[in-house]
Amino acid sequence: MVTGTRNISNLNRYTMELNKLKGLNNKLYLNFYHERIPTRNGYGDALVKLGRNKNIMVCCADLKESTRVQNFAEKFPKQYVEMGVAEQNLVTVASGLSAAGKIPFVSSYAMFCPGRCWEQIRTTICYNDRNVKIIGAHAGISVGPDGATHQALEDIAIMRALPNMIVVVPADYEQTKKATQALAHFSGPAYMRFAREKTEQMTTAKTPFTIGKAQVLKQGKDIALIGAGPVVYGCLVAANMLQEKGFNALVINCHTIKPLDHATILMAAKKCKKIITVEEAQITGGLGGAIAEFLSEVYPTKIKRVGMKDRFGESGDPDELLKVFGFSAEHVYKEAMKMLGEK
Amino acid sequence: MKKLNKLSDLRMMAEVIREDIIAMLVEAKSGHSGGPLGMADILTALYFNVLKHDPKKPQWEGRDRLVLSNGHICPVQYAAMANAGYFPKKELLTLRKLGTRLQGHPHRTSLPGMETTSGPLGSGLAQAAGMAYAFKLDQKKNTVFCLCSDGEQDEGNHWEAVMFAAKHKLSNLVAITDRNYIQIDGNTEQIMPLDPLDRKYEAFNWNVKVIDGNDMVAIINTLTKARNNHGKPLMIIANTIPGKGVDFMENDYRWHGKPPQSEEAEQALAEIHAQEVNERGDWYKKHLKLKPIHNGTK
Repeated sequence: MVTGTRNISNLNRYTMELNKLKGLNNKLYLNFYHERIPTRNGYGDALVKLGRNKNIMVCCADLKESTRVQNFAEKFPKQYVEMGVAEQNLVTVASGLSAAGKIPFVSSYAMFCPGRCWEQIRTTICYNDRNVKIIGAHAGISVGPDGATHQALEDIAIMRALPNMIVVVPADYEQTKKATQALAHFSGPAYMRFAREKTEQMTTAKTPFTIGKAQVLKQGKDIALIGAGPVVYGCLVAANMLQEKGFNALVINCHTIKPLDHATILMAAKKCKKIITVEEAQITGGLGGAIAEFLSEVYPTKIKRVGMKDRFGESGDPDELLKVFGFSAEHVYKEAMKMLGEK
Repeated sequence: MKKLNKLSDLRMMAEVIREDIIAMLVEAKSGHSGGPLGMADILTALYFNVLKHDPKKPQWEGRDRLVLSNGHICPVQYAAMANAGYFPKKELLTLRKLGTRLQGHPHRTSLPGMETTSGPLGSGLAQAAGMAYAFKLDQKKNTVFCLCSDGEQDEGNHWEAVMFAAKHKLSNLVAITDRNYIQIDGNTEQIMPLDPLDRKYEAFNWNVKVIDGNDMVAIINTLTKARNNHGKPLMIIANTIPGKGVDFMENDYRWHGKPPQSEEAEQALAEIHAQEVNERGDWYKKHLKLKPIHNGTK
């Protein structure tokens, strides 16, 4: 969905060519194959395994099927709590469950949770230091035809601003599975977001995942493309286009936006001197904001933030929207060429 | 914990807690007067008779949970906790000051024994319901008590929790509404009417008891029986007098959110003493053994 090149022949072309990208990090066991799976499925599949721990609970605000917690609910009915359409209650009850020793994962659409219940998350989970995992599904513009009311683009910014909160945006299905497991074993408040649409696969079962450790997918020296979420695939596609023009791009999957992996970001800045950040979110306060804040203090670097430009989305096909609002691989490529042309 | 069984001892403790509240507020120079004074009897009953708890082991797993939803009345909980032995009484005078464990609104991780962080209204009942749900699931015997104000029941989050607790028949959840009819801007029935509050809870499938929240006999009887509550969650609507014990504060919404000045505090303490003498005769020496902070430290 990130590439804006939904047509299959194009996708096959890109996918085949990505395997030939120079400088791919072979320690990550990446594999590009043409099967797209929604990231949210990784959440659901991981939960079913985690459910054997009786303290793992899932609370959901009337969105069981679409947030992919249905299988968990069927397999572990006692550990599943249906909250109804009540997101403030969703997070505050979860805070109480955590107080009694449970590890609740709360599931809704990112627009409603954390969108509807920010203060409750702040007071009763973050300041209260409760071990609650907040899961925002259907984030980003690619929610598509539902329109701007349902396109959560500010969730990263509002969660990142909270002390004690960590923010994870996994890049694909396999990584979402790993991130879900990692969050279950991490004690403390956490936010994870994912998209609705099926997206391309990069990581595999062998790819390591550590909260807070960004992944250098491809080595390069001319420009750094740093993405979070399924848009990372688009960064690789853009890197491939740049390779055809003779430029060697560094590509980083910055799956944890908070805490930000300072060492890896600083390395990228020093090596490339030019950075493009890519995220399916507002350009204010998200990944791009986090990186700009950090680098401006320690190593001022030219940064172009690709994301939503302080406006609302609209209804449309996900691919059309990604293209129109400038999230596509082609867009990242064009921005990179502009930066590379500058002296 | 030191359990008080005699009514006269409980009443005396409630008065000492009131005096401590006045001393804390005048020292802090900000904070809420009305709610804490009105709830002194109920907090006394909870900490000195009803709750299963151990001030020396605040994390004891078998303890009951007391969730304060309307965090702004925390001076009364701090005073009750200090008198019960959770921390030295002298510390009460650090309320709202830099570096204190007694934050202006409660912060759980600052103060052992405080079950949750609160202040923003309407979220406590949901947390209490979450705790009660987990205890029920794990077949644990802990009872969860939740103190709510009436004003905070303007919040939707509160009623979401009311429905949740009823759905799961959380009979191990006992909520107490401080029904004092005041909130910051005036009378609750003018700001946003809540009556008939008892019938609302009945309609939402809760058990309901209405009591005089300043009558120690009624409080002890009702809270003791609350342990045998079954079938539904229980709401105790406690009709209280905000500012109870201090004539010029009683039932005046303007005292919801401000502290007494020094002269007002002296007058308030005198009135609390006078009410005591009036009710129980010469009590002064015995009362000093409980070390009210305005005597003990000034």
